[in-house]
Amino acid sequence: MNNHFDVIVIGAGAAGLTAGIYLSRAKVNTLILNEGTVGGQMVLTHQIANYPGIENISGYELASNMKAQAQKFGCTIKSNVKITSFDLKGETKKIIVNNKDEYTSHAVIIATGGRPRSAGASGEEEFKGKGISYCATCDGDFFQDKEIVVLGGGNSALEEAVSLTKYASKVTIVHQFDNFQAFEHYVSEAKKNPKISFIMESKIIEFSGDEKLRKIKIQNQKDFNISEMNIDGVFIFIGYVPNSEMFQEIIDLNENKEIIVDKNMHTNLPGVFAAGDNVAKRYRQVTTAVADGTIAALSAAEFVNNIIKNVHIEDTIE
Amino acid sequence: MLRTNLTHILSEKEHSELLKNNENVMVCCGRMGPMCIPVYAEMEELENEYKHVKFADMEFDLPDAKVIRELPECKSFFGIPFVIYYKNGKVVKATSSIQSREQITNNLDTYFNHHE
Ligand SMILES: Cc1cc2nc3c(=O)[nH]c(=O)nc-3n(C[C@H](O)[C@H](O)[C@H](O)COP(=O)(O)OP(=O)(O)OC[C@H]3O[C@@H](n4cnc5c(N)ncnc54)[C@H](O)[C@@H]3O)c2cc1C
Repeated sequence: MNNHFDVIVIGAGAAGLTAGIYLSRAKVNTLILNEGTVGGQMVLTHQIANYPGIENISGYELASNMKAQAQKFGCTIKSNVKITSFDLKGETKKIIVNNKDEYTSHAVIIATGGRPRSAGASGEEEFKGKGISYCATCDGDFFQDKEIVVLGGGNSALEEAVSLTKYASKVTIVHQFDNFQAFEHYVSEAKKNPKISFIMESKIIEFSGDEKLRKIKIQNQKDFNISEMNIDGVFIFIGYVPNSEMFQEIIDLNENKEIIVDKNMHTNLPGVFAAGDNVAKRYRQVTTAVADGTIAALSAAEFVNNIIKNVHIEDTIE
Repeated sequence: MLRTNLTHILSEKEHSELLKNNENVMVCCGRMGPMCIPVYAEMEELENEYKHVKFADMEFDLPDAKVIRELPECKSFFGIPFVIYYKNGKVVKATSSIQSREQITNNLDTYFNHHE
């Protein structure tokens, strides 16, 4: 099997799949390598109602459509692979997958998106699914008449806190700052809900229990006092962090670990582009990921064409 | 019915047949949501690798899914999907909520070791 491609895209979320569609349609030989489920964060979204031209679609369906579209144009997609090492500095980019298979290309697009930020408190992994949840629509009904905490202060946290009052008898929002990073509408909906109360400027530092979650420790961020709370469930919505650490030694990142790109989505390394939620930008949506993926694909195609043209010129000189 | 390419268990009877006819069985009991879809996707791919394991799903809201929902092993579960690993018809492991490929293969390797 030939393991050389014109372009390798890392990540098959909205950005990576879009890049795959554009590149393959332009007959640029393209491989997408994806670590998790194809679709990325789209799969985590029940309904997407703001993707232009489609009134309402489940994230899973939108992702499946994008995948099928890329494959139809000839894009190769390998999912559930782990990139174990890489060399992106030279003219030929090398990526090794699962410690054994080597793939090479002229250009690479990093479209690794983001992952949910964890609370960073002890016990979080142990009580996942046993009181700790990341999805209100999935698990809300387990908490009928129970007391729960929603951790976070952005749009998702406030919106989900309100929706969880359908089930829970009491919802306490725990947020690390003294104000919310959310639209005023969500803040006022939460404030006027009689089941919702607030603990501001505080973090959860420990989850504990037996076979299920029973208790959390909350630390005030001003006086560092610690209090305990008996609780049945905690829903965590504290945003996303970019998947960029693995590149930090060679690619320029900003202070939030977001990849710095120019207007053509080119990073500091020649032939290495980035697109989607992992790049430095203000708004993270499917539409913006799709736009980034388009620009990165067209830029990468141009980069590859120039290399191939140069190779031809050298061939004729020799 | 769940929109997956896995074997669907539609009744209590199908569930017990499946356990009777297969030594190693992994069942994901969930809905078509964000915490469940990634687990089905992993299972669909692992089906080719773990030929000695039978992979199946069951819709969480089917009345007959109580064979899973009401297992003592799931008493403290507060997140879907409920994933059950059966060896010779007995529950050897159960997990709640989304699981990574690593967590799944770890369980498959631990509980369904391969004798050839
Ligand atoms: C709950 C939720 C609801 C949302 N609702 C909406 C909405 O209604 N409308 C909207 O427009 N946007 C919404 N968003 C935002 C939107 O989903 C994202 O902005 C967009 O999907 C990001 O796409 P992406 O391709 O940049 O990244 P991702 O979707 O994060 O995809 C990145 C992919 O790269 C893979 N990957 C990561 N690291 C590696 C690696 N080392 N090697 C190989 N592969 C790797 C990941 O597995 C993943 O598949 C929502 C997000 C969430 C979480």
